[in-house]
Amino acid sequence: MKRVAAWAALVVVAVAFAYPFWWLVSASLKDRAHVFDNALLPRPFSPGNYVEVWQAVPLLTWIGNSVAVGLAAAGAATAASALVAFGFAMFRFPGRGVLFGVVLATMMLPAAVTMVPVYLEWHALGLATTQVPLWAQNLFGSAFYIFLLRQFFLGLPREVFDAAKVDGASSWRLFTSMALPLARPGLIVVFVFELKAAWTDLIKPLIYLREPELYTLPRGLKAVLDRFGEGGEQQWELVLAASAIATVPMVLLFLVAQRHFVRGTVTQHVE
Amino acid sequence: MTVSAREARAGWLFLSPWVVGFLAFTAGPMLFSLWLSLTHYDMLKPPTVVGLENYREALSDERVGTALYNTVFYTALHVPSQIVLALGLASLLRRAGRAGGFFRTLLYLPVMTPPVALAAMFLLLLNGQNGAVNEFLGWFGFQGPNWTTDPVWIKPGLVVMSLWTVGSTAVLYLAALTRVPLERYEAAQLDGASPWRQFWHVTLPGISGTVYFTVVVNTIASLQVFTEAYAMFFGARAKASAEGDAALFYVIHLFQEAFGSLRMGYASALAWLLFAVIAVITVVQVRLSRRYVHYEGERS
Repeated sequence: MKRVAAWAALVVVAVAFAYPFWWLVSASLKDRAHVFDNALLPRPFSPGNYVEVWQAVPLLTWIGNSVAVGLAAAGAATAASALVAFGFAMFRFPGRGVLFGVVLATMMLPAAVTMVPVYLEWHALGLATTQVPLWAQNLFGSAFYIFLLRQFFLGLPREVFDAAKVDGASSWRLFTSMALPLARPGLIVVFVFELKAAWTDLIKPLIYLREPELYTLPRGLKAVLDRFGEGGEQQWELVLAASAIATVPMVLLFLVAQRHFVRGTVTQHVE
Repeated sequence: MTVSAREARAGWLFLSPWVVGFLAFTAGPMLFSLWLSLTHYDMLKPPTVVGLENYREALSDERVGTALYNTVFYTALHVPSQIVLALGLASLLRRAGRAGGFFRTLLYLPVMTPPVALAAMFLLLLNGQNGAVNEFLGWFGFQGPNWTTDPVWIKPGLVVMSLWTVGSTAVLYLAALTRVPLERYEAAQLDGASPWRQFWHVTLPGISGTVYFTVVVNTIASLQVFTEAYAMFFGARAKASAEGDAALFYVIHLFQEAFGSLRMGYASALAWLLFAVIAVITVVQVRLSRRYVHYEGERS
């Protein structure tokens, strides 16, 4: 009996979590008169919405921008955080503990505090209306990823590194040809997490991007919502088609890299 | 060079990107922002120092009051419902057996949805006239509210929407639940403890560290809520409507003052006020946790 109740609850949960996706895809394939009808299947079936929105706004450019910014952000965050994490994990020197405390403390700092001054810095550098601020800060590592990768490096067998050191391997060699390959699962976690963060972020593109040709997908989607949604032309089927286009790639990536996402979420738990 | 000196040099070299980034993008900006908050600065003329005037203005600004009220109200609603639902879902997932992977995937998918897409979807799903949420409530004879236009229901509507992304917290709880030793449940069952008592006396103490962590992190994030509400109720939408005021969260107001009105000094003061609010709430939570949180195998 208890089992039946648990399974009934799970089915309800499954429907509640799957329904909005089903609704999104279905409504994006309906014509304007039926987009609000909540019917499970789109009748009449109008895939033309996708063609129409694709022609109305530069979705391909925005997807390209998002991919480029996302790869730059994720690549920079992974490489730099790994470097710093290796420094914390492998070398003993005065000040290391204090410094690591500062790294952890910055995780608690609300992003809103540095939003204005960092914008003014990019402005002073003449880069405030480019895509550079969307990824370049990652070149210096990011606190949470440093913490996460340090845990990975600390888990590696120390004796192997000591032996290599005795054989005369340089620190850089230890890092690139031993630590990095061994920490691959951790590096993937960082990469996919930062890729997701860049793919979904709206606030930075709102602050920095002025030209529609430079928009990332979320910023472009907001423009689509403003133009075709509430207070605009009320062509919701176009908004939903664009939303579906923005959602599907991340969902696919998730299905491929599932294990890493879940592991990343769990390791977020600072123990 | 001695071995330890060489090790220190190598360590600092590896750490140097972070040190540079910390100075350029954290410590430097914090000092800069603290100074800016004492000035008027519109990016056209050089900053003029005005002392504490920005803070005085912020404390008497009606919109700051509204924004602060909205944000705290949302947080007070969002965090507990998120935690309770995540815990419920995690307990259910634990019983799903071999289908657990499937349900976990399903729960996690909304986390992958770009928040702007989510905002567009839920503007329609929560629509008062023909939205699917109210249609569902109608099956049980309830007349659903106008979630997206009635100022009273806008924040609860945003909370309902936020529950759809509960998956990442639920996954954390699932991991924590599987670490609670089974013997404890067996012992409790031998003592004749009801499922409810087992939950209070075995489960909850066993995962209290995770619960505490998610409460703190969710609270800090929730006090900075921005994207969904901004996408739904702000931006190019012409009029500053009643909906707008009901969804005016603190970071939205800060964003508008900084990048809409270019009042950089005032916005910096607003940022420090938010920092103070978050710091106070976090300190209270840390204090409370000392009484209620148990860590496995550590000092309690």
